[in-house]
Amino acid sequence: MTLIQILIIAFAIFALTRAVRQFKKGSFSIAWLIFWILFWACAAVVAFLPQTTDVVARLVGVGRGADMIVYLSLIALFYLVFRIYVKIEQVEGEITRLVRGRALDDAQDEFTKK
Amino acid sequence: MKVIAIIPAYNEEKTITEVLKKASGFVSKVIVVDDGSLDRTARIARANGALVVSHSINRGLGAAIGTGFEAAKRFGADVVITLDADGQHDPSEIPSFLKAIESGADVVIGSRMIGNLPPSQGGIKGGCLDWCYDGGCLHVTGMPFHRRIAQLLGNLVTLILFGVWVTDSQSGFRAFTSYALSKIEIKTNRMEVSSELIAEARRNRLKLVEVPIKAIYTDYSLAKGQSFIVGLKTLIKLILRRITQ
Repeated sequence: MTLIQILIIAFAIFALTRAVRQFKKGSFSIAWLIFWILFWACAAVVAFLPQTTDVVARLVGVGRGADMIVYLSLIALFYLVFRIYVKIEQVEGEITRLVRGRALDDAQDEFTKK
Repeated sequence: MKVIAIIPAYNEEKTITEVLKKASGFVSKVIVVDDGSLDRTARIARANGALVVSHSINRGLGAAIGTGFEAAKRFGADVVITLDADGQHDPSEIPSFLKAIESGADVVIGSRMIGNLPPSQGGIKGGCLDWCYDGGCLHVTGMPFHRRIAQLLGNLVTLILFGVWVTDSQSGFRAFTSYALSKIEIKTNRMEVSSELIAEARRNRLKLVEVPIKAIYTDYSLAKGQSFIVGLKTLIKLILRRITQ
């Protein structure tokens, strides 16, 4: 086993324990816990037995398993960036609503005078 | 008819007095939305008789216009006029907006690209000196070439994303009826609001017309203009709004 394989497996175990701890604290639902367990279990299996990805890669028409993982990672990252961007826009909108509400409330006296 | 002017302003202490003096003769009330200015914009506007609504932090043009709309609704406005605080719009053109409203328009956009105003009146090749502040005067020119390209791109983006063609989609000189105000929902915070207002007019099937306005470009307003990067950010946000609306 190479050093990189050991590191990935160690990180997957660490991430799993973190996910379980967060679930126990009530930070996310059981569905998310199952998702993260499956995700990190798959990562550990792929690190331990890299040839397993070749089977899936051939199924979807990509030459090598490693290439497939890179493609999937890129798609996942793009999607994540999009989600974060949308979330930031929502937060920006909420901040604006707060600032607007306060500004209009502050101006209310001036409104009634004029 | 109660006509209220909304002037979004961010650090415009040099020009706000002149704009307010010129605008007050054409409207019932002026509301300045001070968008978190760090200078004396709010104080000067108040001293010149405007109603001032102050954002505690800078939220951008779209947010300021949204706040102005809310304030105008509370004031029972029949018509709302938006114009810039940097002096690039001539308030004496407000009557032509009101005329368009009286003819049945719900939304009126002032376009710098239609009509044939002579240079002496600030047309495309204009060059008059009529905006003064603190004893000084501002150099006035027509719309620069790079601005025209940026404007054309803005028009194309508005057409492709929202299906509306207007000759000056980024114009800040506009008029809205109270009916339009009750229908339009502003979701964007920054420069993308110009295209959003046009998109909202279409979504709500409001009657939109354009009227010719002067193209007044001062050294001051040009220095405050938008960079290419801001244009790119605006484009991304408009695409995002289109996808998520």
